[in-house]
Amino acid sequence: MSTSPTAPERSRKEAPTSVTSLPPLSAERLAARRRRLRRGYGLFALFAFPNLALIAVFAYWPIIANLYLSLTSWDFISPEPLFVGLTNYTSMLVSPSFHKVLWVSLVWVVVVVGISLVLGVLLAALFSKKLPGTSVATGIVFTPHVVSGAAIAVVWLFIFDPNYGLARVVFNLVGADSPSWTTDADWALPALLIVSIWKGVGFVSIVYLAGIQGLPTDVLEAAELDGANSFQTFTRVILPLLSPTTFFLVITQTIGAFQAFDLIAVMTNGGPASSTTTLSWFIYEQAFSRSNVGLSAAAGTVMFVILMVITALQFRFVEKKVHY
Amino acid sequence: MADPTTTRTAAEGDQRADESVGRTGSTSRGPASSTRRRRPSPLRRSWWGYLLLIAVGLVFLIPLYMLLSTSFKTNGDIYSWPMKWLPSELTFENMREAWRIAPFGAFIKNSVIVTVIGATLKVVLAVFAAYAFAFLPFPGKKWLFVVMLGALMVPGHVTLLVNYITMGNMGLINTYAGLILPGVASAFGTFLLRQHFMSLPAEVFEAAEVDGCGHLRRLISFTLPMSIPAVVTVALVAVIDEWNNFVWPLIITNSVNMRTLPIGLMYLKSNDGLTNWGVLMSGTLIVVLPMLFVFLCAQRYIVSGLTGAAAGNGR
Repeated sequence: MSTSPTAPERSRKEAPTSVTSLPPLSAERLAARRRRLRRGYGLFALFAFPNLALIAVFAYWPIIANLYLSLTSWDFISPEPLFVGLTNYTSMLVSPSFHKVLWVSLVWVVVVVGISLVLGVLLAALFSKKLPGTSVATGIVFTPHVVSGAAIAVVWLFIFDPNYGLARVVFNLVGADSPSWTTDADWALPALLIVSIWKGVGFVSIVYLAGIQGLPTDVLEAAELDGANSFQTFTRVILPLLSPTTFFLVITQTIGAFQAFDLIAVMTNGGPASSTTTLSWFIYEQAFSRSNVGLSAAAGTVMFVILMVITALQFRFVEKKVHY
Repeated sequence: MADPTTTRTAAEGDQRADESVGRTGSTSRGPASSTRRRRPSPLRRSWWGYLLLIAVGLVFLIPLYMLLSTSFKTNGDIYSWPMKWLPSELTFENMREAWRIAPFGAFIKNSVIVTVIGATLKVVLAVFAAYAFAFLPFPGKKWLFVVMLGALMVPGHVTLLVNYITMGNMGLINTYAGLILPGVASAFGTFLLRQHFMSLPAEVFEAAEVDGCGHLRRLISFTLPMSIPAVVTVALVAVIDEWNNFVWPLIITNSVNMRTLPIGLMYLKSNDGLTNWGVLMSGTLIVVLPMLFVFLCAQRYIVSGLTGAAAGNGR
């Protein structure tokens, strides 16, 4: 990311200087140039520093302060956070309930990302056939991505209503009673996963569709010429060529899935019996329902480290695979 | 997944075959037309494709239809079994009841204020910062740019707690400033606009410089008019993010009258399990409709903007 922008920048910078430096530089010209440069510095500060300052305060400072808070015990009210060392981390490490939080998060991320990607690439393959009506369909599947997660959660709460919801219609079709999804510890997590996939799969499919449309057509035509059927073309040619898209999606979707919050907050509040308490809900609940600032900060640091590792993996893979 | 090395050589082989066809005299249309001949008529080939397309459309439309229809159904229709797919009569009673239960007027006002001011500030800050990074000199500018991009990797959820404390220290809890301020910094928007600004033809700026235009004039009269699609994309992504934001308004506001619409929905949801679905759905419709409308009007910008923004963790 940082190397590509520098190339055009350099060429642009050189162009005007080469024009102005055609005549030999006298002392006063140099001074004027320095003045202009200094005015440029001031203007840069005026233009860019508000944004940079906000980023420093609201994106970078929280990471540092969060690290400090994770070594303290605080309840928002007492005047000073009390330094307790690694106590928050060690208590999480040995706590079975925190292990369960990590397990639920892992299930959430693996299931949501895995199924979204598989369904997304299949949808993209369908869309890439360019049947009439495809553009309407792509618009429809993308819609949940622009709609409030809280609103979607409410709609699905109704769908999962065991007495009057759509889920009952579906279950009655196979002659079964609908479970009481969000209030049943066995069904609450599957319910959330379904909604999360429903909300995100359209986005995944559109990214994959853009990937498929960017593939070199001669390769696809050659595969067809060689007698590959569409299944072979898809698995042997399209999927491997899409691997950069897949890596991009795995990373961004994983980062998003780890931070899933709206659906949990509206549909289950992390319950019943903590069955839907992910790391993101745990961070919120410990801080804002229980005033365990230190514990919440420690869990936040855990999330930060996990996501940094994933991002680092992304860069390694991208370096290896992008010129595939 | 297939072994990458074998597929690569296969693809290269195909490419070579393709080239040789071109060399032996037949035009590049050769392979395409021959495949067209072998392909059966599209309708017969793709009937299952249409079926799938319709099924997929239904999976995504039916929940939205439930939302719309339930909003205007009477309770008699909602709470009857077998399910009534079509309302027997349309009623606005749910909408009126939602307004009676919760101050929806205040929710709408708060959401509009936060969205309009927040998105405007975000775009303005991003435009100026992008212009600075594209055209103005500063010692260590490249380093600053990398630092700014690094913010894209900071997970928003981890910043909630400290930002809440920061806002508390500034006395901004339960205020519009508190709702808006942490969200207006934009690394992604700045990045996108800077890339766009730098792709603009340099001759225009040289001409402006010769004419003695200042930077502000250059930004407003030359750069922005040539960048309208990019600015619109950044603005629409900002509007959608602000309108739909849930966790920050939930944390930073604590009185009913400062809540935004997505949080306001929670006041219509009873906790004893006996939810009045009609009322809840009509409230939800108010949250959903504006963004649906924006999406219908500007689908192309939004899709490109959001797929790009995915790389940026929503910043």
